Amino acid sequence: MADKTAKQVLFDPLINDNPIALQVLGLCSALAVTVKLETSLVMALAVTLVTGCSGAAIGLINQAIPHKIRIIVQMTVIASLVIAVDQLLQAFAFSVSQKLSVFVGLIITNCIVMGRAEAFAMKNGPWMSFLDGIGNGLGYSMILILVGFIRELFGSGKLLGYTILHPVTDGGWYVSNGLLLISPSAFVLIGLIIWVIRTMKPEQVGR
Amino acid sequence: MEHYLSIIVKAIFIENLALAFFLGMCTFLAVSKNVKTALGLGIAVIVIQGITVPINNLIYQYLLSPGALSWTGDDRLSEQDLMFVGLISYIGVIAAMVQILEMTLDRFFPRLYNSLGIFLPLITVNCAILGGTLIMVERGMAFDDSVAFGVGSGFGWAMAIVALAGIREKMSYSNVPDGLKGLGITFIVVGLMSLAFQAFSGIKL
Repeated sequence: MADKTAKQVLFDPLINDNPIALQVLGLCSALAVTVKLETSLVMALAVTLVTGCSGAAIGLINQAIPHKIRIIVQMTVIASLVIAVDQLLQAFAFSVSQKLSVFVGLIITNCIVMGRAEAFAMKNGPWMSFLDGIGNGLGYSMILILVGFIRELFGSGKLLGYTILHPVTDGGWYVSNGLLLISPSAFVLIGLIIWVIRTMKPEQVGR
Repeated sequence: MEHYLSIIVKAIFIENLALAFFLGMCTFLAVSKNVKTALGLGIAVIVIQGITVPINNLIYQYLLSPGALSWTGDDRLSEQDLMFVGLISYIGVIAAMVQILEMTLDRFFPRLYNSLGIFLPLITVNCAILGGTLIMVERGMAFDDSVAFGVGSGFGWAMAIVALAGIREKMSYSNVPDGLKGLGITFIVVGLMSLAFQAFSGIKL
């Protein structure tokens, strides 16, 4: 990893090494919050922030952490950051925070944060770990926003609450796809996104 | 009795942690390649969930929630609202419980310990465990309800992962398009499974 440039560290996780599609990390929260674009955006922002900051914090102290208790130390750092994010959301975006409910708290056990702390931040300096965290957060955000976009646009004909496709129920023409509003559709969508990525990048197949 | 039974059935089928709330997905997809390991992990999750949810319930009721410290009889303490340290204390309890269970099993049930192996420490980062606790807190369950919910939700998760492992074992014989092999088709299978579980959501208990 040492020979990677800062640019690679930041942009590789977007498609080449996407945390959701390839590393199978952080799915738990990816699925339940994507029914609307707004919640997806907030969630994506929160996760990117936490991953970046925890990367920086752990990159800073990784020399001082005893190997045996590293999980607990990482957990504590991440949990403190998540609490900060949770309190910020409750203060400034209360309605969104209500909708996200338990999923903000679950960023703690979001495997992206833990996984990157363990795999990258423990071996690299704070600045590179920060970039790696942000990059992985962006990779996660990309999938989340894509799924949120498709689900809100075709599920209810809206984007961020504004009507784009005029639904039949209001006298328009668009028959909304109710299937996309229920959560199993997120799985199918991510499955299809993986299919697209792997068709473009055949070397990822079968992992 | 019926009350607890309905909480358990609800936690297993209607509010299945894996297939209705999508919790514990990372392990759910990564450790479901064969039925045997899935079963081992499932049992470990049932045990940990059955222990941590009630313990966190006690912590919530008697230490963290607004006015929870009133049993101390101290006015200043009973006014405190410590909810903001909730997350960090729950995850601490979970990590500690996993560690304790690991040591107990190692000492008294070495065979079970060996068969669970790597899965025990992995459970700390399983979102299903923390998720179960957070759902319990959000609904403000009583202690006895939380025992039933913990066991039931753990059982539901275990059942889901064993079922997925069974499907994936059978699926290794089928002809899947190249790009969908492995992860892609697994996602779609889980999607279909959870679609099936949506059918339970109409049931009122």
